Amino acid sequence: MALLSMQNISKTFPGVKALNQVNLDVQQGEIHAVVGENGAGKSTLMKVLSGVYPHGQYDGEILFEGTPTRFSDISDSEQRGIIIIHQELALVPQLSIAENIFLGNERSKSGVIDWRETNQRTEELLAKVGLQEAPSTLVDKIGVGKQQLVEIAKALSKDVKLLILDEPTAALQENDSQKLLDLMLELKAQGVTSIIISHKLNEVRYVADTVTVIRDGMTVSKLNAKEGLSEDAIVRDMVGRDMTHRFPDHVRTPGDVLLEVNNWNVWHPDHIERQVIRNASFKVRAGEVVGIAGLMGSGRTELAMSIFGRSYGRNISGSIRLNDNEIDVSTVDRAINAGISYVTEDRKSLGLVLDETIRFNTTLANLEAVSSGSILKRNEETQVAEKFKESLAIRTPSVFQKTVNLSGGNQQKVVLAKWLFTEPEVLILDEPTRGIDVGAKYEIYTIINDLAAEGKGVVMISSEMPELLGMCDRIYVMNEGALVGELDASDASQERIMSLIVNE
Amino acid sequence: MDLAQSETNPAPQAKPKSIGQYISSHMRQYGLLFALIAVMAFFQIVTDGTLLRAVNVTNLLLQNSYIIIMALGMLIVIVSGNIDLSVGSVMGFIGALAAVMIVNMDQSVPLTIVVCLIVGGVIGAAQGYWVAYWKIPSFIVTLAGMLVFRGLSLWLLEGQSVGPFPKEFQILATGFVPDIFPVSWGDSLANMLEIRRVKHVNFLALITGVVAAAMVVWIGLRQRAQNKLYGIEDEPRSFFIARNVIVAAALMFVMYKLSLFRGLPNVLITMGVLTIIYAFITETTTIGRRVYALGGNEKAAKLSGIKTERLTFLAFTNMGVLAAAAGLVFAARLNTATPKAGFALELDVIAAVFIGGASMSGGVGTIIGAVVGAFLMGVLNNGMSIMGIGIDFQQMIKGLVLLAAVIFDVYNKNKQG
Repeated sequence: MALLSMQNISKTFPGVKALNQVNLDVQQGEIHAVVGENGAGKSTLMKVLSGVYPHGQYDGEILFEGTPTRFSDISDSEQRGIIIIHQELALVPQLSIAENIFLGNERSKSGVIDWRETNQRTEELLAKVGLQEAPSTLVDKIGVGKQQLVEIAKALSKDVKLLILDEPTAALQENDSQKLLDLMLELKAQGVTSIIISHKLNEVRYVADTVTVIRDGMTVSKLNAKEGLSEDAIVRDMVGRDMTHRFPDHVRTPGDVLLEVNNWNVWHPDHIERQVIRNASFKVRAGEVVGIAGLMGSGRTELAMSIFGRSYGRNISGSIRLNDNEIDVSTVDRAINAGISYVTEDRKSLGLVLDETIRFNTTLANLEAVSSGSILKRNEETQVAEKFKESLAIRTPSVFQKTVNLSGGNQQKVVLAKWLFTEPEVLILDEPTRGIDVGAKYEIYTIINDLAAEGKGVVMISSEMPELLGMCDRIYVMNEGALVGELDASDASQERIMSLIVNE
Repeated sequence: MDLAQSETNPAPQAKPKSIGQYISSHMRQYGLLFALIAVMAFFQIVTDGTLLRAVNVTNLLLQNSYIIIMALGMLIVIVSGNIDLSVGSVMGFIGALAAVMIVNMDQSVPLTIVVCLIVGGVIGAAQGYWVAYWKIPSFIVTLAGMLVFRGLSLWLLEGQSVGPFPKEFQILATGFVPDIFPVSWGDSLANMLEIRRVKHVNFLALITGVVAAAMVVWIGLRQRAQNKLYGIEDEPRSFFIARNVIVAAALMFVMYKLSLFRGLPNVLITMGVLTIIYAFITETTTIGRRVYALGGNEKAAKLSGIKTERLTFLAFTNMGVLAAAAGLVFAARLNTATPKAGFALELDVIAAVFIGGASMSGGVGTIIGAVVGAFLMGVLNNGMSIMGIGIDFQQMIKGLVLLAAVIFDVYNKNKQG
């Protein structure tokens, strides 16, 4: 019997069809994997299922335990036994394990917490998930892997019928991942049905009975473990779309090696024992666009930010050479002066001062160029901003417009303008087209081509593989903090990139 | 999921806005100015003209001088995204230090002034160090500082008031700039105007008023011409004229009133010069620009190569120096240092800055706004005192004015979306 049947689910955001007639059938007692690329619509689908997007905000029908169901919010779906564990854990670090497990669901008598029952039940639940910690241990004293188990124990405390795990092993070390997957199998033996969302196909093969592949908001295929799960087949289904995006024509003739990064190692700023970047080495030629492919959390942004003035991480080691000279990038302004710029993936919180004007943001990283003796020449500033408004086609009535009022694409252009004004030799672009529409993407690509034509080195980090394939001369593939492969544009394909990622 | 908007549509062209739209988008600046005028007009009427009598205008400036001096530093601290609760205590402590040095230890006045300003800077730096480099919330660090320096003043003064100061120290706060023009000019002008009870008109003050008014108009015109040159949207002509007429007239009026009493107070000169310097720093220097970026988005500022820690440190150091300057003025004005000096004054300073349009979250606020905010509070204090309203109601009314000003801000921001 199907425990859950989502039929013809469609969900539209203004301008974007996130889900298009998606079907998902989960049988009682199975582990069902939902796989797909970043942005394919997996999370949106789970939000529809758990009531984050309540009935009325989507089209289609949800049948749970055979009856049509309309959830109005998360607590509604939890009441029915559908519990989702997000990638970012929702635990309160300063509370104990027991307090977290029964948060919002306290074992109490007329408002007074019954600690005996709380601790007793917690111990039972912890035994069930195989976690050997005292119920009174504070959550921030245990590692991420154990926190994940606490989340699962919390789900079990609520009489779960369908457990949804969103990228459960993304933040885990290998042996923790293995434990978690084994726990899933054990829960299955106890009769718990679960959905796992994952990129890691080896894990999917290990636990899943059925796999549903989603691509571009549509169900592509449903595969059954009994018939054998081939990773190649899954990969093909995940990425097998036509090249629908168009890229401006370009001819590139890369010159000498401009930037060379050798043996770059970075440790996590808070979890000292965790190495985030492992021995990464790469080079960029003048006039070349180099891509870095990889999944979210693979360390791409961390690599870029650690290079850019040690903006991320600790215990950073390795060498960086620009034009054959070792350069000092130990602070952001030294990196800028050396000729490196980093365009952030998160323009709103890391790129722009939103309450300020286009002019203010454009000159911010190079105020020296528009001032003499630290007094700003505001007319020159205006001219600089006007110049970039023209050359990057920033659509705004005036450069005195606050950047908060601009659309995503125009905001991205302002961030680009800021970095172009520092006259870098190497630009690192982190997800340069995230969240902007097709037309604006094309314009950003054109800008990138122009930069390469000027002889600058461009590093492009992107989760959209067609974009990397359409724009880059060479592509490095990153996985779990290491550069695991290097592909030439001529023999790169989505399948090859994906298989480099999943085979690690 | 990001909601992509259509970006390929042509952008709306800048079209001349109607006056109504202009007012609503610049409500804050005009609102503050109107509020000040309205409050002054109100008290002028209910106090039967006492508020704007020459003596009282002079008094108003003297009374609020130390608030305004500290508001300049506080504006920068608040724009940088922090707060300084210790300024009242630091001010009191520096006054105590000056009293002990001059009265008890017979040190010279110039030496005392220099030492006090340096000590103020060191105090500010010490607090700024923890905020900037250790990321300890400024609220906590300066709350601690408030207690520490309150205690230090008590200890330094041994619980007693120390005074009086020599004349040469008192003139810091109560002195007047001597009239450089021939006395006969002022005398004859007084005769000409036939103003009752006035035997002399301070010519220097009059001239200063005219020059200052002319400067304001000239700078405004120049800015306007440049804006036009670069096609920058500007206020409607009628607004520009009205605003400049009001400001120029107000300046000349204040100076005229001062000229009828004893002329330009020394403190007014200090205040005026500091205000101009700080307005210049915040608006047209790289360091000022960076402070706004720091308060507006610290992470983005940092990733733009701005040394955010150093800026925070400097903002607090600067605040310490200005609190010391205010402490000297305050002690000189009272002619004695008391352990209670500066008690709860930080709240008036902070209120002035917020009434002047600064934002609690940082990145927003102007020097001129803070100064006008301080005057608004000053006029309220002064007017209510003249009316004989008790301290109880004064406090309540000031509190409500602060709340109203901030609600007004938030309301405007929401309306603009």
